[in-house]
Order: sequence, then C-alpha cells, then structure tokens
Amino acid sequence: MRLAGQILLIVALVIAAYGIFASVHGARSTRRGVGGRTGRAWIDSGRRSVYALAGTVAVCFLVLELAFLRSDFSFELVAQHSSSTTPGFYRAGAAWSSQEGSLLLWVFLLSGWSSLILFLTRRRARDIAPYATAVLLGLAAFFLCLLVFFESPFAGLHPAPIEGAGLTPILRHPAMMIHPPMLYSGYTLCTVPFAFAVGALVTRRLGPEWIRITRPFALAAWLCLGIGVILGARWSFSELGWGGYWAWDGVENAALMPWLTGTAFLHSLMIQERRGMLKVWNVSLVLATGILAVLGTFLVRSGVLQSIHAFGASTLGVPFLVLIAVMAAGSIVLVATRARQLRSEHRLDSLLSRESAFLLNNLVLVALCFVVFWGTFFPLISEAVTGQAASVGPPWFGRYVAPLALVLVLLSGLGPVLAWRRATPANLRRALLIPVSVAGATLLVLLAFGLARKPLALTMFCFAAFVLAAVTQEFWRGVRARRAMSHDSVPRALVSLVGRNRRRYGGYIVHAGIAVLFVGIAASSTFRHIDDVRLSPGETARVGGYDITYVRPTGRLDTTPSGSLEKIDLGAELRARRGGETRTLRPSRSFFPSNSGGTLSRYFEGEATSEVGLHEGLRRDLWTVVSPNLSTLQPIIIRGDKVFQEARSLPRAERAAALGEGLRRLVERYRAEPLPVTFRVLVSPLVTWIWLGALIVFSGGLIALWPLPVGAARRAAVDFGARVWNAAWREG
Amino acid sequence: MDPGLKRRVRLGVALTAAVLLAGALVYTSFSSSSATKSPSTLLASAQPGGRYELTGKVVPGYVRHGSSLHFRVRDRTGSTSVPVSYIGEIPDPFRRGREVVVTVRKEGSGFVGERDSLITKCPSKFKSEKRS
Repeated sequence: MRLAGQILLIVALVIAAYGIFASVHGARSTRRGVGGRTGRAWIDSGRRSVYALAGTVAVCFLVLELAFLRSDFSFELVAQHSSSTTPGFYRAGAAWSSQEGSLLLWVFLLSGWSSLILFLTRRRARDIAPYATAVLLGLAAFFLCLLVFFESPFAGLHPAPIEGAGLTPILRHPAMMIHPPMLYSGYTLCTVPFAFAVGALVTRRLGPEWIRITRPFALAAWLCLGIGVILGARWSFSELGWGGYWAWDGVENAALMPWLTGTAFLHSLMIQERRGMLKVWNVSLVLATGILAVLGTFLVRSGVLQSIHAFGASTLGVPFLVLIAVMAAGSIVLVATRARQLRSEHRLDSLLSRESAFLLNNLVLVALCFVVFWGTFFPLISEAVTGQAASVGPPWFGRYVAPLALVLVLLSGLGPVLAWRRATPANLRRALLIPVSVAGATLLVLLAFGLARKPLALTMFCFAAFVLAAVTQEFWRGVRARRAMSHDSVPRALVSLVGRNRRRYGGYIVHAGIAVLFVGIAASSTFRHIDDVRLSPGETARVGGYDITYVRPTGRLDTTPSGSLEKIDLGAELRARRGGETRTLRPSRSFFPSNSGGTLSRYFEGEATSEVGLHEGLRRDLWTVVSPNLSTLQPIIIRGDKVFQEARSLPRAERAAALGEGLRRLVERYRAEPLPVTFRVLVSPLVTWIWLGALIVFSGGLIALWPLPVGAARRAAVDFGARVWNAAWREG
Repeated sequence: MDPGLKRRVRLGVALTAAVLLAGALVYTSFSSSSATKSPSTLLASAQPGGRYELTGKVVPGYVRHGSSLHFRVRDRTGSTSVPVSYIGEIPDPFRRGREVVVTVRKEGSGFVGERDSLITKCPSKFKSEKRS
C-alpha cells in the first residue's frame, strides 16, 4: 500500500509536468497560427491531464485515509498521529493533522477544483484556459515535489509499532475536522482566479470574460476561507482553555489576509463589470489574493514565525519562498507590461456614488490587510531593521483594526443605498432617512444605558443598527415594487425577489450578517468579565453577575467502543445563578495516556485538554474551565507505579484487570476526597452573535453563489431588477 | 476646477493620507513591540524591569498549583535556561520539552511572566522540527 502510494505520487508529478508542457505548447502553437488542430489537441490533452492528476491524487489520498482508518502503524504518519484508541471519526481527520497529510490534502483539493473549473470552461476562454491550466498544474507540481522529495506521507516504520501516539487531544473536536479542509479549499480556490488572471494577462485578453468565469470561484474561495476562519474561532472558544476566539496569531492572520483582499475583489469586480473601471486594481487584487494564499501555507509550514499553530522549523521554507518570489515577480511584470490594456474605460463620475463607496471599501479592506501583514511579519521586519526580533501584541492590532472595522461596517450600510454613477442629494436624503433615524435612536437608547464610556463599542452598535436598517429598507422596497408588478403575497414576493437577484440580495444578507457579527465582537471584547476563583465544594464566588457554586467533583473513565481506555475525565459540577435562572455546568480536564512513564502515572503525564463547561445564550455566554487538584492522588500514583513495577511477572490479563481497578479507585478517590480547585470563569456578552452573524454571512454567500438555471433567466432577472429599482425610486 | 487638476489634487490628498497612516503604523509597531529573546540572550542582556518576549523549551521539573506555575525555559538548541514564575491561564499543551512563548519582566535574579501571556506551540506540529 505504501509503495503504491509513493509510486502514484511520482506518477502524479509526471502527469503535472506533462500537462504544463502540453498546455503551453498547445497555446503557443495555436497563437502562432501553426499547428491549428494539433495545437488544440495539445490543449485538450493538457486539460485532461488535470483530470488524470485529480484521479491519481485522489487514489493517493484514499490510500492514506484507509491506512488511518485501519490503524496501519507500518505508515510512519499513522503511528505518529493516530492510535487504535482514537475514535473512528477523528482517525479519518487525523490524516491532515500532519505536515505531509495536509500537503497531500492541498494537492487533492487543488487538482479537484482545477478539474471543475477546466471542465466548466472547456468550451470557453480558449485562449486563456491553457495558460491557466499550466499555472494550476505548476502549483500542483510544486506541492507534489515537496511530497515526493521532502515530506512523503508514505514513509514506513520497520518494525511497525503495536500502538500509535494518537491524535493530539485538542484536535478532537468536530470543528477541527472540518476547519482544515475548509481553509485549504479556500486557499486552493484562491489560486483559480489567480491562474485565470495570469492567463488573461499573458494573452492580453483582459475583457470581462476571465472575471465572469472566475467570479464564482472567487466567491467560493471567500466562503470557504470565511467558514474555515470562523470554525477555527469557534474551536478556540469552546475547546481551548483560554476563553478567546482570536489571538492575532500569525497562522490565524495568514487565513485572514487573502479573505480580506478576496472581499475587496468581490466588490470592485462589480465596478469593472458595470463600468469597465478599476482593471489594474482588480487584476492586482486577484494576483495578491493568490500570492497571499500561498504565503499563508508558507507561514504554517516554514516555522519562520512563532505561532502556536505553525509546524516546527522545517526544510520547506526555502522552496516556498522561491515560489512566492516567482509568483510576485511574475505578477508585477505581467501587470506592468499590460498597463495599456488595463486602462479604465470610464472615470469616477461623483464621490457620492456606489462606485466611490466600493472604492473606499476596497481601500479599507486593503489597509486592514496591510495592518495584519505588517503585524504578522513584524518579527522579521524588526530583525532586518534593528537586528533584534520583536513582536507586536493584540493591543497593537486592535488600535488599527477597530477604527478600520468601524468604517467598513458603516460602508456596508452606505453602499447598498447609494446609486451608481451619481447620487443626488434628494435621493440620498430619501435613502438615508430611515437608517440614520434608526442609528440615532440606537445611540440615544445606548447612552441611556451608560455606554458613553465605551465609545468604540457604542459607535459599532450604532453603525450596525444603520446597516441592518439600510438592508431591511432595501428588501422592503424590492418586495413592494415586486408586489406592485406581480400582486404576489409578501413572502412569495420576497422569495421571488431574492431568487431572481441572488447576487444582489445575497450580498445584502452578507452585509446584515457582518453587522451582527461585529456587534458580537464589539460586545464580547469590551464587556467581558473574567476571573480565576479557588473554591472548595459548597463554596460560592460572584463573577460577572453570576453566583458560581462548586457543587461536587466529578470523575470518570472514558472507554472506546472496543473497551480500551481513551482518557480519564476529572472535573467539577458547578451551579450558576443569576436572577431567578439557575444553570448547571460541568467543566473537566481530560487526561490522555502517554506511551511512556510508569504504569499508572502515564495516564496523568500525557496530553491533557480542558473540556469547557459552557452555557450559551443570545444575551451572554457563561464559560468555565477547571484545573483539577491531583495532590491527594500523586502519592498513590507513585506507589502504584512501584507496585506494578514489582508485579511485572503477572499474566497480561490479570495485570490489565488490576490496572483498570487501580484507575477506577483513583477516580473514586478524587470524587470522595475533594480539594480546593481553581476555576476560570468568563462571562462574555453577545458572543453567540458572532456565530449567528457568521451563519447569516455564509447563507448570503451561498445565495449569491447559487447559479441561476439558464443564462436567459439571468438576463431577464437583471432587466427585471433594473425595472423594479426604477419603479421603487419613482414611487419613493 | 480643471478635471485633470482635480484628479491630481485628490490623488495627492489620498497619497499623503496613506503615507501618514503608514508612518504611524511603522512608528507604533517599533515603539510598542516587545523584543523576542532566547534564554541565553535574555541572561546576557536583560535589564531590571525590562519587558521581553521569552521563547524556548520547557525544562522538565516544573511546579504547577492551580493557575500558578514555576518553570524554567531553555534554549531551543542548548542547555542555558532561565527561571520563570507565572500566574494565569496555562495552555493545555504545556508540558516538558514543549516550545513556549511568554512575556516576562526581569525581577531580581528571575523573571515574572505577564498574566495570561503564556502560549505553547500546538503539539501536532512537532515532527518536522525534530527532523530539521
């Protein structure tokens, strides 16, 4: 199996190399006018090599997955990242918890998405597609080279160990199983518009076609990256024992940067589609997003920055740097040499127009990206400038990100109500009256509640109210106009309106979701209460308006379906009272056995994770973790180790039974003789709004992404939308 | 105003604003950053009361009581180590041999960790490091 996997990787590399040659040769022959049909045959062959690559890499990935599912410890990767006690669901996901497995996942997804776009465009963009194919295959070949020459996922162990090290406990969370494939899908999807932009620049076919082709993929990349980022934040909040969801860590930032530039592109491309403007800007954004996606992968794998998520210092840094340098230099040369073809067809008519709002939104997003980039790479920058590595912390990021985020939220409400080309003062007054009134009313209410001391949060709440009112107004006007023409009921008119203008109204839903999400971020970061309290059973402490009572200690042995011990859970039952409401929380700490140490002590000296006791609500989340006090157990564990050491001659079955009994008694002892333990209690208001906002954002994104049945329907919808809009304005 | 001149004025204003903002960004990043030190460089250059970001590996034999922790951090490749007293959130993956980053201040002969500043590298990512 391992050998088959290794051979298939080499075959995949050969296929990629052939595909690059076939695509470029075919494209050059066709452009020169020599070869004719033969040139097109080479191009088709190059495209088919992408399908063959996808199939070959899929089989490689399947081989690795089967090894994990069967716990085949002759695979070095399986022995290091899984075990027979790892639950089956997590075993399947353990494949991408390693450097090698995640690189294979990257190529698998890249070849899959490349196949999809090349299949969908097999009769379109015939000039651009061969060069895009070569770029996509070039990226795949790069990753395959890493897998074949540096980090093979099919390395073996002789003899195979009888048990593996197991999947890192903190990764045993459903969100962590979906988070990496989502992020990698986002990264790999970012390379699709990049490849088509390069193709368009090389062939100087810089009309709207390449943008139309790649727009859904840019949107899908944005969606997948966003989902990946939010799942990571959710995992951090509910699994890691620190109570936060974002730490401005280098690897977190790596996913955020292409998302920001991708968001900018999704807005500015509308200006190019409608007005033929911002061509240089758009192509630069697409190229930058592709480069940032690879830069993100480099950050995780090179060990160049201190990050809790980065793989250790490895040999992959230099190859990645070379790739990024080639991508950046090539992009700059291509844009510079095609400047004449990238001239705008129109100029900005007025600063009071939707184009201006989009342009400002783009500048804010790019500024945000620059801030994140500077902060992330500051250790390298400072070392280069001063000779001393230094880093900036979350307060530095907050100083710049908070005001930029405020402007961004304001613009997400302003953009939809501004007219294209030029908004007249009368139109503007009519469009802004309700949103501004709602924001003003929100301000008065919040001031009455004493929020004047938190100006940033106060401003964010008012801007979010403005956005929600603006979006609701747009929906209401659309529905009213639709009903005037079709006499449908309100729900039917709403469904019809959104269905016929998915891109536009999907976008509005995204804006509403962003407003909700930022309300959650502002409230949870400004008004949270956090405290460490030390309690004995029966004692109570007050945190953030809650009376927290330590009711009793808890403990249990967790076994797998096959009967082997997976972990020991030691924790506490807490009762939280606020007003008339009472909640029970059960935070605990899970101890996973290590492969070394004494017979008993290895169960307490391995990996340990905090299981958060969490009560979620629309108004606030109550979050708790516990640090169990093992003082009374330590002497027993040491004594037990000695007893088992002396009883080495016992038959295996008796030894296992004695061990089981010993562990059971330890847990009972923990429950029976409780000591004071330390709890971290966090009361975080509106944190659920972040997850709800993200759900709204992704729903809107899916609506915008969902294709219309036929092209004719789309054209009709656009015409209809324009009529509806005009009618709505005439009606006022 | 002539449309061409108007465009140039707007561009000038936008570029000036961008340069000013970038200048502020650069200035504040240098003025509010913490120097990253390994244990050996920290021992050689730390000033009393100075704030540093210490990075290295956890030496076996640390003492933990609830949220308070006394441990030593050694160079990644070497045995020079410094003692750190820390109170705050202790990341789940914290163990001997793990790579950590903690913000410290020099107090007396030892170092005191800033509350909740301790981070530990994710243990799933250690394999490549062993190889290098």
